[in-house]
Amino acid sequence: MYKILARQMLVPNMHLLKVYSPDIARKAKPGNFVLLIPDENGERIPLTISDWDIEEGSVTSIFMEVGATTCKLAQLKAGDSIMAHVGPLGLPTEIKNFGTVVCAGGCYGIGGIYPIVKALKDAGNQVISVIEARSSFLIYWEDKLKSVSDQLYIVTRDGSRGIKGHVTYVLEKILKEKKVDRVIAIGCTYMMMLSAESTRPFEVKTMVSLNPIMLDGTGMCGVCRVSVGGETRFTCVEGPEFDGHKVDWNDLFARKEVYITEEREALRMHECWSYPVNIPVEGS
Amino acid sequence: MEEKMEPKKEEKEEKKIKKRVKMREQDPLERGRNFMEVPYGYTPDEAVEEAHRCLTCKKPGCRNGCPVEVDIPAFISLIKEGKFIEAARKIKEKNALPAVCGRVCPQEIQCEGLCLLGKKGEPVAIGTLERFVADYEAEKGEIQIPEKPRPTGRKVVIIGSGPGGLTCASDLIQSGHQVTLFEALHKPGGVLIYGIPEFRVPKLIVQREVEYIKKLGVELVLNAVIGKLHTIDELLNDQGYDACFICIGAGLPMFMGIPGENLNGIYSANEFLTRANLMKAYLFPEYDTPIKRGKKVAVFGGGNVAMDSARVALRLGAEKSYIIYRRSEAEMPARKAEVHHAKEEGIEFVFLTNPTRFIDDGRGNVCGVECLKMELGEPDESGRRRPIPIKGSEFQIGIDVAIPALGTRANPLLTKTMPDLKLNKRGYIVAEEGTGMTSKPGVFAGGDIVTGAATVISAMGAGRRASNAINEYLKWKFWDVSNLTKQLTV
Repeated sequence: MYKILARQMLVPNMHLLKVYSPDIARKAKPGNFVLLIPDENGERIPLTISDWDIEEGSVTSIFMEVGATTCKLAQLKAGDSIMAHVGPLGLPTEIKNFGTVVCAGGCYGIGGIYPIVKALKDAGNQVISVIEARSSFLIYWEDKLKSVSDQLYIVTRDGSRGIKGHVTYVLEKILKEKKVDRVIAIGCTYMMMLSAESTRPFEVKTMVSLNPIMLDGTGMCGVCRVSVGGETRFTCVEGPEFDGHKVDWNDLFARKEVYITEEREALRMHECWSYPVNIPVEGS
Repeated sequence: MEEKMEPKKEEKEEKKIKKRVKMREQDPLERGRNFMEVPYGYTPDEAVEEAHRCLTCKKPGCRNGCPVEVDIPAFISLIKEGKFIEAARKIKEKNALPAVCGRVCPQEIQCEGLCLLGKKGEPVAIGTLERFVADYEAEKGEIQIPEKPRPTGRKVVIIGSGPGGLTCASDLIQSGHQVTLFEALHKPGGVLIYGIPEFRVPKLIVQREVEYIKKLGVELVLNAVIGKLHTIDELLNDQGYDACFICIGAGLPMFMGIPGENLNGIYSANEFLTRANLMKAYLFPEYDTPIKRGKKVAVFGGGNVAMDSARVALRLGAEKSYIIYRRSEAEMPARKAEVHHAKEEGIEFVFLTNPTRFIDDGRGNVCGVECLKMELGEPDESGRRRPIPIKGSEFQIGIDVAIPALGTRANPLLTKTMPDLKLNKRGYIVAEEGTGMTSKPGVFAGGDIVTGAATVISAMGAGRRASNAINEYLKWKFWDVSNLTKQLTV
């Protein structure tokens, strides 16, 4: 069992989960992820490692409440435990002095890019961070990212803060203005796809952190297989980062939908059974 | 009159010895819809009766067939006397997992295959007898923990809690060493827990066997992916382990590389079985992990994993569960008992057929597979006749779930963190056959990661040989020659 040190909602539906996992904290690198299981009946789900503290022995992930498992996690509090916390998985982000790097984060990706931005800055890069959300109340970790970026752009769909529009608009603007050596985009599949497409005309290598369904996370089942440059690759051991210009996005979208029906049923079951009600049965 | 009676009686006796006591099993059509164990096992009377068939040969062939050298005639003799607990302990002298082996060993090519009775009739049901005593001992609650030996002060680390790792751990802890067993998944057992279904090896039994090994003193660490969490070099150099045994299995799934293989509904056997067996997806939504309950499921392959996949698919509610194999029945590597059980349950076997592409239903799901008929030609490197496609024989089968169960290869996750560990060109660890010694000092390896996908018992044999070798290695590693030199010069 792995103890929860903290679980808090940062902005509506977006949570921070800090787990006591000293061995993983010692080994974690930017770009790695963990697989966790909330309880005996739970599934194995991957979450990006957004921060860690070796002294505290903690590993932090940001997750969005979307289904039964993330809803279970959202109900945890400090002192509770989860059944499994496995990692650090995946290949870490390539960190070196590229020159100028733009890191774009959306939703849980805002937390996801933090360790990468920090490491790139430490490696001597000029780092521009761009974070996007639907509206201002969904922006989090702004100060944290500001402290490790040379520039931070905030983008909101409704214009309630920062630049109005989509992250792609800002990416194009930056790439038109200056020479950028690398782009990293982390967020929902749609955001990553659009970000990669927006940088394609500029021919800047754009790394995306793919988020297919996962099961074991060690390369033994193949469920996380994605098509990159026409070849099948296993996201958990060869990724999670791949060249965004070579990813077959349609394939990834289709594969992520495989359990839509089951996911809906599980969420409904979870929500309805969370609050047991004693209704007397007729005849009993 | 009496003279006429005698030959009849003799005939009856001969017939009796030729045929083994049949183990009662669940009705095929009923069991095809539940996950309970197929066989019921012997009753004590049936076990004694079957044991009496054993001739107690002077030169027992059965013992030679056992990869871990269980003293088969001895344990059977104990059964004859009704000493079931003693029989279980006799087996445990050599085999730490008798409840598992009695259920999954391919006895027909091992102990039972060499039984003298098998020449004229049916061999003694050694596997069923082993299963009986192991279960009997557990039920009676009389599992004995042997006395803890004197500690040697040495630490050994084992990677992988499958049958090989469990056997090695059980041996080494009883030699007095400190043993840590690392497991990547959240439950121990390896293939026993994720690969082999509940109706062949109940998970409660695996748990029981692992509990026994923990009671012996082995430290089991779950959720630890070695190669990621710790490397072998760190374990040996920084964490004070004196030797290491790698028994991680061959976990890389093989796909066919045919068009449409990434469509939804197409699972590697590893994924399908892990969802069903380890994550208990057959109990969804009580358990959160989902699995597709296909109505028409096709499994591609002819080994035990293919049988398991097809039978799990059936139990998940498939109307049709096919095994599609490119050779004929004679070439299928699966255990005979499993093929027999699969047929009884209504699994349809489609031989001499190979898939060429999967068909999309327009929304990214598989809805059919196009196949080609095959014929057998000259033998290939495996010694089996090579399948040759018959031109123009294309036909389609409508399916909604496809499971390529073609075998597994070496997963490079751990091995690539050790460039000084010699691998063969297919990525398996090169290890000496009799000892498991690798090119890296202090590192031993065995099981599927060395040989390629094989059996539970062969991994156990490798675990046994490695523990013997590690014992020797630890003796010599710390041999202090300086004292001896002093003595000689004085």
